[in-house]
Amino acid sequence: MKNKKIDKQLIKNIAIIVVVYAVVAGLLYGGFLTRQFRSLLVPVCINVILAVSLNLTTGFLGELTLGHAGFMSVGAYTGALITMNLNLPLVVEFPIALIAGGLMASLFGVIIGVPVLRLHGDYLAIVTLAFGEIIKSLINAMSVTNGAMGLSGIELHANYKHFTFVFILTILTIFAIKNMVNSRQGRAVCSIRDNYIAAEAVGIPVSKFKVMAFVVAAFFAGIAGVIYGHNVGTLKPTTFDYNKSIEILVIVVLGGMGSIKGSIIAAVILTILPEVLRGADEFRMLLYAIVLIAMMIFNSSQLKERILANDIVAKFTKVKKEA
Amino acid sequence: MALLEVKNLGISFGGLRAVDDFNISIEKGCLYGLIGPNGAGKTTVFNMLTGEYLPTDGSILLNGKNLVGKNPAQICQSGIARTFQNIRLFSKMTVLDNVKVALHNEFNYSLASGILHLNKYKKTEKAMDERALEILEVFDMKEQANTLSSNLPYGQQRKLEIARALATNPQLLLLDEPAAGMNPNETAELMDTIRLIRDKFDITILLIEHDMKLVTGICEQLTVLNFGMVLTTGTPDVVLNDPEVITAYLGE
Amino acid sequence: MGILQNILEQVINGLRSGSIYALIALGYTMVYGIAKMINFAHGDIIMVGAYALYVGITLLHLPIVAAVLFSIAVCTILGVVIERVAYKPLRSAPPLAVLITAIGVSFLLQSLSLLIFGATPIPQASIVTFEGIKIGGVSISGITIVTLIVTTICMIVLTWFIHKTKMGSAMRAVSEDKGAAELMGIDVNKTISLTFAIGSALAAIAGILYVCQYQSLRPTLGAMPGIKAFVAAVLGGIGSVPGAMLGGVILGLIESLSKAYISTELSDAIVFGILVLVLLVKPSGLLGKIRKEKV
Repeated sequence: MKNKKIDKQLIKNIAIIVVVYAVVAGLLYGGFLTRQFRSLLVPVCINVILAVSLNLTTGFLGELTLGHAGFMSVGAYTGALITMNLNLPLVVEFPIALIAGGLMASLFGVIIGVPVLRLHGDYLAIVTLAFGEIIKSLINAMSVTNGAMGLSGIELHANYKHFTFVFILTILTIFAIKNMVNSRQGRAVCSIRDNYIAAEAVGIPVSKFKVMAFVVAAFFAGIAGVIYGHNVGTLKPTTFDYNKSIEILVIVVLGGMGSIKGSIIAAVILTILPEVLRGADEFRMLLYAIVLIAMMIFNSSQLKERILANDIVAKFTKVKKEA
Repeated sequence: MALLEVKNLGISFGGLRAVDDFNISIEKGCLYGLIGPNGAGKTTVFNMLTGEYLPTDGSILLNGKNLVGKNPAQICQSGIARTFQNIRLFSKMTVLDNVKVALHNEFNYSLASGILHLNKYKKTEKAMDERALEILEVFDMKEQANTLSSNLPYGQQRKLEIARALATNPQLLLLDEPAAGMNPNETAELMDTIRLIRDKFDITILLIEHDMKLVTGICEQLTVLNFGMVLTTGTPDVVLNDPEVITAYLGE
Repeated sequence: MGILQNILEQVINGLRSGSIYALIALGYTMVYGIAKMINFAHGDIIMVGAYALYVGITLLHLPIVAAVLFSIAVCTILGVVIERVAYKPLRSAPPLAVLITAIGVSFLLQSLSLLIFGATPIPQASIVTFEGIKIGGVSISGITIVTLIVTTICMIVLTWFIHKTKMGSAMRAVSEDKGAAELMGIDVNKTISLTFAIGSALAAIAGILYVCQYQSLRPTLGAMPGIKAFVAAVLGGIGSVPGAMLGGVILGLIESLSKAYISTELSDAIVFGILVLVLLVKPSGLLGKIRKEKV
């Protein structure tokens, strides 16, 4: 019975994906989108990948990460340097760049994993912030990344014309993270979030799974970085600063920590909204600030419990009716 | 050979000697009680047995193998499971998932097959579900499998902790005040469950408890701890009539 | 100029920025000790202090002393208000929620000042007009001397306050055990507010000293000194007042010397590398105590 339910869910998800793709692709290739909206399609996908992967460490592992942009930058520079130097056809060099960018970022995930083994909570958050800043200043100081000047003239392998490919990558990322969360490894990760002492006591090697969560999240952040570089065409170390990490965190918080669906929806809203409110770039940060504070206070207030209780009641009656 | 053999176990926190020269020998299949006044060091003993604390001296042998220096996860895999005095459930996970976390080491598949949902994943998850429900059935909690564990009433939360510990397939189960906060009916039910676990799963049990009804009702052997030292060891009727034990509990 | 003079000058520069870090680090460490949270917005209080000085002098045409007091008052009130509005509702929330809220407050302060004052840096002349002195070929600027004197006074007063007054011992009691302090009749809410007030006042002073050095105002000016001061607090042992002072001075020296003799670009990486190293080798810092969760 349970298997059937899962299959039903899968079919529903695939249906949603197909419809979303059909609508967006129809608008795009039919020429109905303005230049502004066209240029937003890939950034939306990038933010979805970033948010879903950050959710793995912040939502499911329960450790605040303030250096996600650092992983992204490692992927972005790695990927850009590969395509700039390889000069092979797109179908060959871009996948290589994606995989290499992801792997390089996850290598940094392993390096961060070392202190992660010994820290948690506030301290861990600060260490991830510090790592992000270290990565930024290393990129700034190295010649291969062209220092503060950054890289330019990166081939646009991921601009709006290649939306289909980016869309597929995004869907693959979502499924990978979602499946991981629902696997034995994902359960171990969530158990660490809920109570790491109890997790250890039932035989979960806590260190291993903490590092695993960081490495997987870093891998996808790296991929998002590669796409970013090939979407914009230029890279600067300052793009991947602390503020970028917070921007991703805001998406995860707004969507609900531990909710993949929420991350996707919030990524779409928070990417498009500031662009629609043209000229409101100064308000963008204000919006982020208010989202963070309001969500946290709301989450721990009684209001949420009441709404949630009602919601559960509603769902319960619905299930009963169906049965 | 006894299942658990603890010799000269001791631990100091700074200058404080919390447990000193603790010896215990538990035969396979025994229902063993560890009692003593508050602050006697009972939970500290549990924490040393499960690797939370590193003993300053002494040895812990399970089936003749030394456990000192192993971390809690390794000790669990060697065959000791525990519950906690202050309940520690995975509160944002369902009852079923709480048990499935504990099945982690028994049922194995790779991260890749988890992410790709390969056949191995489906098969193993199904087997895990079945095993978890089997364990929950023993505790009469099959119905609540999909409830969030934090929404369970207190008594059932305690039971779920025991179920979760059992799921790790231990040889020795440590229960830290299993009846704390339970009413007499729940306690009586718990006593039956503990006996059932021992008989059905062939598990040795060491428990800390203050409820004397439970202790005298089910324990076959007792060790009394006072000020971090063993006061006496023996069968319940001998131990509880020992004037020293009575003094330790009630004062002069 | 001889090598010795050069080194001495770098050391003095390091002491100057280090003592500013120490002032800021005191705010982090006191709040952490009492409310068990990292007040991420603390760095931005520095920025508010600097802007308040500018408002006082340039817009309100206050005399310098009044402008300084105005800036301190603004920050003190702001610190208390932030605690009441944003952090107090979250006292029993998980630490992750509190930290995210603090990040939100930090963003809020930055974006508000961006909206009010704009992104273009505003020049602000130093309020220290004293030229400085030269001893044996080593020149020490006026602002350096003022900074060292002011921070020393602040630290002495703070140490006296914490150890010799009734309110100071209330603060120590709350940081030791909130529940027990409450049972002893200490008003915990008032004590927490007081801690935020003192921390923010120190941040205002740090902000004024900082802007007198760099003479330019930006909405993000507090972020970097804020984070570095946090590193200083961790280095000294978070929760420890003398630790924050020591950590600040050491960090300032390391930063100044690595900028001068290793690489300007890498000096940030070195500072953060130290943070990671300290947390790995001795998470309790130089003078801190370690707390472990009880099983």
